[in-house]
Amino acid sequence: MTTALIAEDEPLLAQALRAELARAWPELQLLEPAVDGDDAVERALSGRPDVVFLDIRMPGRSGLEAAEAIVEDWPGDAGALPLIVFVTAYDQYALQAFERAAVDYLQKPVQPARLVSCCARLRETLALRAAAKGVAAPDDAALLHRLRALLGAPAEAAPAALTVLQASIGSTLHMIPVDEVVYFEAADKYVRVVTGEREALIRTSLRELLPRLQPGKFWQVHRGIVVRADAIATATRDDSGKVLLTLRQRPERLVASRLYSHLFRGT
Amino acid sequence: MPQPAVPPPTAPALEPPRGLADLLFRGAQVALVDLAIAGLVATISGNRFGRVVLYTECIGLSIWAIVEMGTRMRPGGVRNWPPGWRGPALVAVACALGYVAGVTVADTIFGYSSWPNYLRRPDQLARDFGPTVVFSTVVAGAFWARGQARRQRAQVAAAAHEATRARLDMLQSQLEPHMLFNTLANLRALIAADAPRAQEMLDHLIAFLRATLAASRQSEHALSEEFARLDDYLALMRVRMGERLRTSASLPPALAALPVPPLLLQPLVENAIKHGLEPQRGPGELHVQACLDGATLVLRVADTGRGLDAAAQARPREPAAPSSGFGLVQVRERLRTLHGDAARFTLAPRAGGGTLAEIRLPVAAPPHS
Repeated sequence: MTTALIAEDEPLLAQALRAELARAWPELQLLEPAVDGDDAVERALSGRPDVVFLDIRMPGRSGLEAAEAIVEDWPGDAGALPLIVFVTAYDQYALQAFERAAVDYLQKPVQPARLVSCCARLRETLALRAAAKGVAAPDDAALLHRLRALLGAPAEAAPAALTVLQASIGSTLHMIPVDEVVYFEAADKYVRVVTGEREALIRTSLRELLPRLQPGKFWQVHRGIVVRADAIATATRDDSGKVLLTLRQRPERLVASRLYSHLFRGT
Repeated sequence: MPQPAVPPPTAPALEPPRGLADLLFRGAQVALVDLAIAGLVATISGNRFGRVVLYTECIGLSIWAIVEMGTRMRPGGVRNWPPGWRGPALVAVACALGYVAGVTVADTIFGYSSWPNYLRRPDQLARDFGPTVVFSTVVAGAFWARGQARRQRAQVAAAAHEATRARLDMLQSQLEPHMLFNTLANLRALIAADAPRAQEMLDHLIAFLRATLAASRQSEHALSEEFARLDDYLALMRVRMGERLRTSASLPPALAALPVPPLLLQPLVENAIKHGLEPQRGPGELHVQACLDGATLVLRVADTGRGLDAAAQARPREPAAPSSGFGLVQVRERLRTLHGDAARFTLAPRAGGGTLAEIRLPVAAPPHS
C-alpha cells in the first residue's frame, strides 16, 4: 500500500490536492494532512509515508526546512526515504533551485495533467525501489544529493565574512574570533558558539550565520551543527549512515547526518 | 544620461554613429555644405571654382574644428553647446579665428598672401568675411537645433522609462505573484467545491485588482472606500487561511468621508499577514482601526503575529519577498510628499505580542461628531 502525506497550510488547497490526487492516483492512501512545516515533520516521521507533498511557504518550518528535518531524522529501520515533491505558488528563487536540483515540484494552481505525470514518475520510482528491495535503495543517494543542492543554494548575495563574534556572557560582552570557534549549534532562536575554553549564545539563526562563514573552513554536518573542519579529529560511520565525530579541543561527540555524511567519504 | 533600452519609434532609422565616426560624419557634412557654398560664391563672383573651393573648405573646416573643440570643453567631457550667450560667442570667436587660420592655410597651399591686399582694401575683407559669418551662423544653428532635438528626445524617453519603472515597481509590490497565484489556486478549488463562495471570492479579487490598478492614478479616496478595499483583500486572505485568520475593523461613521491616499494602509495590512500571521503556527487576529485624536486622524493595523524580531530574523530565509521593505518605504514616502513632517508612521511591537503599525495624519477639517 502506497501512502502519501500532504503538507499545506491553506485548507482549501490541501483539500483540492487531496481530491486531485484521488483522481490521478486512486490507490494512493493519504495520511491526515499536515497544516504547517513542524506538523509535516512530525506526521512524516510517525506515519512514514512513501511520498510527501510539501508546500514551500508554510508557518513554522518552510517546506525546504521540513524536508531537511524529515531526511535527517528518518529512522534507520524505516526503510527508504520518502519521495519528496515540493509545491509552490510562485517563488522565482525556489523554482530555479528546483530546476537545478532536478527535484520534482508542482506549481499552484496544480494542473491535473501535470499532477498525472508527476504521479506516474513517482509510481515508476517506487516500482524500481520495490524491485531492488534488499539492496540499499539507490534513489536515496539521489534524493540526498538533490536536497543538498537545494539547501546549499545561496539565497542572496553572500554578505561579508565574519571575523569576530560578539556574545554576552552575563553582563560582559565577549569578543570571540571566528577562527577559535570549534562548532556552532542551533538552539531555538539562538546559536550556541563553542570554543575550546568556553561557550556562549548569540542571537541569530544558523541559517543567517552560515553564509557569513568561510565555506571551506566551516562545514555544516547537520541542520543544527556547523563545525570548523580542522577541529574534527576522527569520523566514524555507523550502520544507519550517520557519522560520529570526535573533536580536538572538546570532549563531546557530534553527529553528522546522512545529508552531510558525504563530507567524510575518505574513510 | 541613460539610454533607453528600446529606441522610441519616432527616432530616425539612421542614427549618426558615436565617437570618432560621429566626428568624421559631422566633418563630412560640413565639407559638403562648404562645397555648396563655394559653388554659389564662385558663380556669383566669377572667380575660379577650384580656388574658391579650397579657400571655402579651409575656412569652413577651421571654423568647424574650433566650434567642435569649444563644445568639448564642458565639465564631465560631455559634448554639448556652452550654455546661454556663450554659444553664439563661441561661433563668433570661431568665425574670426577660423577665417584667419583658413585663409593662412589656403594661402600657404597657393603660395600667395591675401593679407596685404586685405589691409589695403578693408571693403574686400568685409565682402569675403561677411558671408563666412552668415553661413557659419546658419550651419552652427542647424547643428545646434539637431543636437537639441536629439537631447530632448533622449530626455523624454528616459523620463518615460523612469516613470514606467516606478509604476511597475509599485504594481509589482501590490500584485505580488505569490499572493495572486495562491488566491487563484484557492479560487480554482472553490469552483468545484462551493460555487457561490467561489463567485463571492472572485468578486473580492476583482474589486482588489481594480483598486490596485486605480490607486496609481487617483490621489485620494474616502476612508470608507479604503476600508472596503482592505476588506476585499482580507476576504481573500480569510478564504486562504481559513480558521487561522480572524479580522476585525472599526471605522466610526463620522470619519467615513475623510479623504486618504488610496491604499495607504494596504502595505501595512499585507505586511501584518505576510510577516506576522501567515508564518506563525496557529491562529491569529488582525484589527484595523481608525480614530480621531484632536485634529489628527489615527489609523492602526494591529496583529497578533510572530512580531518584528522574528520577522527580521527570518528575512534572509525569505528571498522571495523583496517587496516587504518597499511597502514601508512607499508608505513613508507617500506621507512625506503629502504632509511633510506633519504625518507620522510608526511600526512597533504590540503590547501582548505581535506588531502595531500606526499612521497619524493631520485632518484639514475635523468632522463634527
